[in-house]
Amino acid sequence: MRHLMSPLDFSVGELDQLLDLAQDIEKNPQKYAHACDGKKLATCFYEPSTRTRLSFEAAMLNLGGSVLGFSSADSSSAAKGESISDTIRVISCYADICAMRHPKEGAALVASQKSLIPVINAGDGGHQHPTQTLTDLMTIRSLKGRLGNITIGLCGDLKFGRTVHSLINALIRYENVKFVLISPEELRIPDYIREDVLVANHIEFEEVERLEDAMSQLDVLYMTRVQRERFFNEEDYIRLKDYYILTKDKMKLAKEDMLVLHPLPRVNEISVEVDDDPRAAYFKQAQYGVYVRMALILTLLNITV
Amino acid sequence: MLNISGIHEGFVLDHIQAGMSLQIYHDLKLDKLDCSVAIIKNAKSNKMGKKDIIKVECPIEALDLDILGFIDHNITVNVIKGDKIVEKKILSLPKQVKNVIKCKNPRCVTSIEQELDQIFLLTDGEKEVYRCKYCEEKYTNPNRRKIKVG
Repeated sequence: MRHLMSPLDFSVGELDQLLDLAQDIEKNPQKYAHACDGKKLATCFYEPSTRTRLSFEAAMLNLGGSVLGFSSADSSSAAKGESISDTIRVISCYADICAMRHPKEGAALVASQKSLIPVINAGDGGHQHPTQTLTDLMTIRSLKGRLGNITIGLCGDLKFGRTVHSLINALIRYENVKFVLISPEELRIPDYIREDVLVANHIEFEEVERLEDAMSQLDVLYMTRVQRERFFNEEDYIRLKDYYILTKDKMKLAKEDMLVLHPLPRVNEISVEVDDDPRAAYFKQAQYGVYVRMALILTLLNITV
Repeated sequence: MLNISGIHEGFVLDHIQAGMSLQIYHDLKLDKLDCSVAIIKNAKSNKMGKKDIIKVECPIEALDLDILGFIDHNITVNVIKGDKIVEKKILSLPKQVKNVIKCKNPRCVTSIEQELDQIFLLTDGEKEVYRCKYCEEKYTNPNRRKIKVG
């Protein structure tokens, strides 16, 4: 039985297969409409999330399966003090596969150790968010035609932004990927990414503070939100939340075929005037998220169509 | 000159960094053993200036030396049987340490989940870096020695 904790759980070959499957689902959705008839997905969300949870639920419903679950810790037995290990043992009796989001880092790994069904990490605190990474990879591959030979700018909250950590881990496995890390001093990437991932693997990267300085060289710009829920101190959040705002003017500095990605939800970091720019790919990205989650559910349940 | 008699069966842990012997006594859970333990602090050493030594009279399978490798793998472990040194064990950094150190990351699942073992995995043998299995928080041994004792 396989789980998904980090994007690195899949080899590059397996990832290619998964993304091929997702692309086939995009082209032929009807072919997969009953692939999961009679199967149930449990969405165990201990912290609020709209799009990830709904994306998982849409994915399972598109496959003909059903969904059950909870969308906050308050409405689960966690409020009564039940451990994650006990919860997943019980959920294993009710469902065939589980997507878990939890504010604590490593929570999904704890669940996978006791689970009788595949567990998908749907985000564990500021740590990993592998299905967002699969979504990002599919978006880049579909719209750019490749995952190697790109310069990608990661902008905003690189310290707590788990989507960024997961994406870096996944992209370093492709040839000739350069990272431009754009963040204020306080929100730079943690050392376990800089030292153990980028430096240790001799990956080309630079760290800059101004978005304008990086724009012209980027093939992909990945914007992130400064996340209020990761801050212990409200003052720090207020000071940093509007540090980067992508505007029409800044887009003029970018290549004509640069992609703008964002894991969503956005707050202020991308001005709505950018939405009509053909390079803005963040809403397409949300659609790709459903296809890739469908492919993931099929893969972990060993269902072939 | 302090004289402590030899042991018939057990261990002599030599070349312990001066001042570290009591921590090692606790980490090896020697207080739980019903046997003779001698702790020698600040013994003279040609190589180290001062060193600590621990002598333990116990069956040799009674000690978990993995923990010792994690605390300081430069410690010399002499295994004694029949009043003689029968083996000098070379300690290495264990690939995993369980319930020896705690994760300090307040966002780590180990801070809330009951009965969950605190597990750290060796991620960089050269720099002696361990990371929490769950959240990947880094732990660098504060007692790491710069100079290797031969």
